[in-house]
This record gives sequence, C-alpha cells and structure tokens, in this order.
Amino acid sequence: MTETMAFVVDMLLHATPLVITGLAVALAFRAGVWNIGADGQFIAGATAAAWVGVSVPAGIGWLALIIALIAGVIAGAIWAAIAAWLRSRFGVLEVISTIMLNFIATYGASFLVRGPLQEPTHVYPQTSGIVSGAHIPILLGGTRLHWGFVIAVALAVAAWWVMKYSATGFRVRASGVNPFAARSAGLIDVSRVTAFAFVTSGAIAGMAGAIEVSGVTFALYENISPGYGYTAIAVALLAGLNPLGVIGTGILFGALETAAGAMQRNIGIPSTTASVIEAIVILAVIAIAQLRTNRVTTSA
Amino acid sequence: MSDVALELASITKRFGRLTALDGASLQARRGTVHALLGENGAGKTTLMRIAFGMLRPDSGSIAVDGTDRSFASPADAIAAGIGMVHQHFTLVPAMTVAENIALGGRGSFRPTQVREAILALSARTGLAVDPSARIEDLPAGAQQRVEILKALSRDTRILILDEPTAVLTPTESRELLQKARELVSNGGTAILITHKLRDALEFADDITVLRRGSTVWSGRASEATEETLVAAMLGGERTGAEMQRVTAIATDRNATVLSLENVSVRDDGGVERLRSVTLAVHAGEIVGIAAVEGNGQRELLRVLAGRMRVTSGDVRIPAVVGFIPEDRHRDALIQDFSLRDNVALLGASTRRGVMSWAAIGRQTRELIRDYDVRAPDDLTRARSLSGGNQQKLVVGREIEGSQTALVAENPSRGLDVQATAAVHARILAARDAGMAVVIYSSDLDEVLALAERVVVVHAGKVTEPPREYESIGRAMLGLPVS
Repeated sequence: MTETMAFVVDMLLHATPLVITGLAVALAFRAGVWNIGADGQFIAGATAAAWVGVSVPAGIGWLALIIALIAGVIAGAIWAAIAAWLRSRFGVLEVISTIMLNFIATYGASFLVRGPLQEPTHVYPQTSGIVSGAHIPILLGGTRLHWGFVIAVALAVAAWWVMKYSATGFRVRASGVNPFAARSAGLIDVSRVTAFAFVTSGAIAGMAGAIEVSGVTFALYENISPGYGYTAIAVALLAGLNPLGVIGTGILFGALETAAGAMQRNIGIPSTTASVIEAIVILAVIAIAQLRTNRVTTSA
Repeated sequence: MSDVALELASITKRFGRLTALDGASLQARRGTVHALLGENGAGKTTLMRIAFGMLRPDSGSIAVDGTDRSFASPADAIAAGIGMVHQHFTLVPAMTVAENIALGGRGSFRPTQVREAILALSARTGLAVDPSARIEDLPAGAQQRVEILKALSRDTRILILDEPTAVLTPTESRELLQKARELVSNGGTAILITHKLRDALEFADDITVLRRGSTVWSGRASEATEETLVAAMLGGERTGAEMQRVTAIATDRNATVLSLENVSVRDDGGVERLRSVTLAVHAGEIVGIAAVEGNGQRELLRVLAGRMRVTSGDVRIPAVVGFIPEDRHRDALIQDFSLRDNVALLGASTRRGVMSWAAIGRQTRELIRDYDVRAPDDLTRARSLSGGNQQKLVVGREIEGSQTALVAENPSRGLDVQATAAVHARILAARDAGMAVVIYSSDLDEVLALAERVVVVHAGKVTEPPREYESIGRAMLGLPVS
C-alpha cells in the first residue's frame, strides 16, 4: 500500500466519527438547540456498545454488532434526554448542562474501565476486547477502513433529505429559525419538536461512539474521544449546518488530524500545529458568519 | 430667561413612508409636571426621543431655557440638562446600583465617592436606594428609582419619564407621581408620558395631547376634563363619516363561529388577564375590539385564535382559525424562509410524511397573484419584501387557510396608506364571504371603520357599549358609560 493510500485510509477513519458527531450537532443547531454535549453522548454510546460487546455470548455472531449499535444509539439518546429534560422542566440552559454531562460521561467511563468493566487482569484501564461478532466489517481489504464511513455518508444523505423534504424536518427548521412564528403561524408544538431533535442528535452522537468501538478500538478505553464532540461543532458550523456539507468538513478535519500525526513523525512539526489550524478555521468561520449577519442587518 | 424650560416646536419626523410626528409641539414650563397624553402609536415616545437627542427631527426646533438647541446624541441632551427614564429600563442587571449610576459618567470610578454622592442625592430627593444592591435583586419600583437617580445625578433640570407607572403597582405609582411633584418644586421640570387620564389630571400642571403625531390639545390641567381629553385622544370631535362604510347590524344573526363562555386567563405570574369573558362572534360579521394596551385584549385575541390556553371557561372555535398577529416579523413570518416555506407553515403541525413542495409552491404563487403580493416568485425570501407585501401574504395565507374565522391584531401596523387599504379590503371581503372576523386595533378609527360591533376590554372584562366614540372611549378607560 502506498503512503498516500495509507494517508487516505487514516483520514477517512478519523473523519468517520467527526462526520457523524458533526451531523448530530448540525441537527441540534438547526433546531435551535445548542447541544455542546456530542462528546458526552459519543462516550455514552461507546460505553454502551463496549458493554454489549464484552457481555454478549460469542455464539450470536453478527447479531452482537446490531445490538451494540442499538445500545450506543439508545445510550446517546438518553444522555441527551437528560439535558432536554432539564431544559424543559427547569429551564436549564443546554449549553451548560451538556458541557457538564460531557465531564460526567468522561469520568464515568474512566470509572467503568478502572472498575466494573475493567479487563480481567486489572492492569490496563480498559475493557476486554469485544466479541468478534460485534466488529464492523472491513470496507477495504488490507486496511483498517471499515463500513462505518459508508454509514456516516449514508446518514448524512438521509439527514439532508429529512431536513429538506419531510414534514418533520420542516418543523425542526421552522422551530429553530423562529420559534415564535413556528408556534403562532404554524401551530407547531415547538418544545416537543426541539426536544425530539435534541434526543435524536444525542442518538446520532451515541451511534458515532458505538461505531468507533465496533470499528476501530474494539474496546472501551479511557479518553476514547479526543474531543470529537467539540471538533464536531466546528465541523457542523463550517458546513453551514448542511448535512451534505458535513461530509466535506468532516473529511477536512479528519485530514488535518491525520496530517498532524504524519508531520510530527516525518518532519518534526509539532502536532499542535493542526490544532492551531483548526482554531484558525473556527475563528474564520465565526468571523465570516458575523460579517454576513452584519451585512444582512445593515441592508435590512 | 423665559418661563419655558423646554420647547419643541413643529416637530416632524418620518420613518420611511410613515409619518410618526406631523408638526407636534410642546411647551413645558419650569417648576411644573407636564403630562404628554396620547394613545399607543400617537408619537409620544418619538417626540420625547427627539427631545433627548436619540432621534433627529426632519424639521422643527428644540429650545432649552429659551435657547435653540440641536442634539446630535443623548450626550448633548444630557449636557443641556435633560434626562430620560425609558419605559424599558436600561440598567445592567448584574451590576450594583452604584455601578449603574456611575456607568456612562466621566473619569475614574471611585466606589466610596460614588456611594456618598448617591446617598446624598437619595437623601435630598427622598428616593431611597441601597447603592451596593444588585439591580437583578431589586423589584421594579426600586429599579425605577435607580433610573431616576441616575438621570438626576447628571444635573438634570428636565426629567422625561416614559410611561413610568407601567411596571408599578397602584401604590408605587402614586408614590412615584407624588415624588415627581416634589422634584419640580425647586424649579425643575418633569415630563410624564402616559396614556392614563387620571394620572395626568391629578398630578400634572399642564397637559399636551398628541394624536397621530400632532398636538391636538394643550393647556392647564385645571382647565381639562376627562371628556375633553378623551375627545382629543380618540378624535371624537370628528363626525362618524368613516363609520358610514360599515353595514348596519344584521337583525337575524348567522351561526355562531367563535364562542367564549366565562373564560378566564391567568398569566405565568398568576395575574388574571381575562376575567370571566363571554363573547360570541357570528359568521359574516366583524367584531371590533377596543382597548388600551395591557387590558387583556392580547390574551382575548389569542384565545379566540386558538393560540392560548385558558385557565377556566368554555372555548368553542373551529379547528383552524386564521390569525394575523401584530408582530409580523416575530410571529407571522420566518424572515429567512422563502415565501413558499412561509406558506408551508399553514398546517405545519399536522403534516405527515413528505412535504408536497410542488403543491405548496403552486398555492404560494396563487396567493402572490390573488393578494397582489409584489414578489418575483415563491422562492423569494420573506425578508426582501416590504412590510405591506409581507402583510398581504400573511393575510392571504390566514384567510385561505381557514375560510371560517379570522382574528386580526393591529393588521395595518407599520403599513402605508395603500397597503392598509388593501388589507382592509381583504378583511371586508372575508367577512362578505361569510367568515367570522375579530379585529383589534390600537387606533379606534380603524376598529370603527371595519367593525359593525365593538366590544371593549378593560381590566380583563369585556363590555359592549353603544357603538359611538364617546361611550367606547369612556369604556376603554374604565369610566362609567352614560
């Protein structure tokens, strides 16, 4: 395999969780929900998938994978539902609650891999390997690239279609852009629609976590997410919250992170350079968005 | 030096095609409380914003103590000794009283010095505040005292109070107005913007009444009566020529379409907004609602339109009631959506499966054609349309969407004459087609021009006085109808 090929494979492997969590963030933001908790939802999904993966009997074959993915989806949804409930019941800002839930998820996973779910030798802070039935099949023979990337792209296309053409997607968009008009002119139950979008966003982020465990790590580690859920915010914003755009921006950030490792190994450029570039991209996006808003306001 | 502290002469101010002030004048004498009366939208606040340098007049002059002035900003007005307390407070909630009062001042912030200055001012004026309290912890009445102290802390000789009692309890209101009287006893001037007749009659020395941007009455409070002020505010001196357009009340009523029985509504704070309201609206009639802002008309309209839950009582309305809310930008349209997407809001809550964009697009183009909306096509963004064309689209969407009942709240707000006429024609046509229509306008003329029945909401209660200016005006202000 050529070096370029290896780079592309690595890039797509990195891009997979970024695209899926990016979709989760884009969906929530479109609904006017500031879900900063994709990272926590990702970890919840990964934890649930790993727990299923080490608990089910090996004999059930590929059913293990299905159950693991479903468990990840449910765990992510529940993690988001906590914040959604706090928001609707007590008016707790989701920006605050989701960030706090991120920490709870991170340390919760830490506790599990050092306690109840730790591998039998009790040496490493990680779970045992998941059963082979729970592994996602390899997409490209001889590489680590698995079908998760295809799932990510399919999910993006599906999300794009739902937002554009379905009645549900329309209600989500209307509620997100102008909840007052959605309520008054559209008679939409805005709080229900946004809660639905919030939980769905969590479910998608949870799925990303499950795919990471079933496709790449095959076990739950401490720090399973190097901040995917946070990078996802940049991925979603850079894509203008368009699900199809998220495929492109997810791959871009995947490339940046892959290249950072390669540059450090080969020519000694610190990998933090990639973080700097990411930060510059994010700042540029914010600046452009602000300029655009200003132009609209002054012309109105 | 003349006796007049502030003189505004022939002030005209236009916003686009809308004339907010049309040669308005006001003379406030030194050592007096001056009430500026008028209905909502009469131009009271606009006139005072001009006096405070927040807006520049298109024509007219401002004189302080007999000297002509031109204010480029509030800073100039403050330098000339004018202070203004806005209806919506402009305090920083997280900061203390002292910090808020010092904010905007010159030089460095010395906490103890500021504190002492505030306490001294507070003692002199009798406006009690705790300089170290946080604004967010203070009730509305105390916040207002801070606003007044802030204005007074800058050597203010002319203090403008914009609807100061709107946020206060009756007791607090009386205290505040009493305080305003005391403040002017040593030569200051207070200008009180209000639409409460009794406050003006009881606490003001002089009164100026604005109506549709012009001064229609001014003089001593002692020479004014409730009747003369009502007539001036509502324009009752005009013969009911516009009323002639309305068809006589049908003797045999059609079927009841909207019906409320003993309906009460409490807001989140537990305040009763509607008290045991009973009202029936029939097919083919327009019922007008007259009310002074904040008397429950907002809630009544939303209950009739099926947009608000009631605390108790019986509501019988069709499944879909067309609703034209007064805040078009916020409640009726999504500015960043296309016209087609805005039309898709119709029935958006019950749509299932896939959006039939082709059909909705066709429907939108028909509305654009039938309701004379000036827009290139159905994919144009709502934002790019003028207010009049936006409103025509809303009116069309709501009428076509319901076909049985329509509730309109200030439907001509912010529209020019032509667009207003078009909207009125549509509402009358809907009535003729058999729809039950309810219309509220803060302009009583508009209500009378369209509605054959007029009901008045005052303090959450609904009455139906005789359909003529005087009686309606009195009922709106809670006075006994003769």
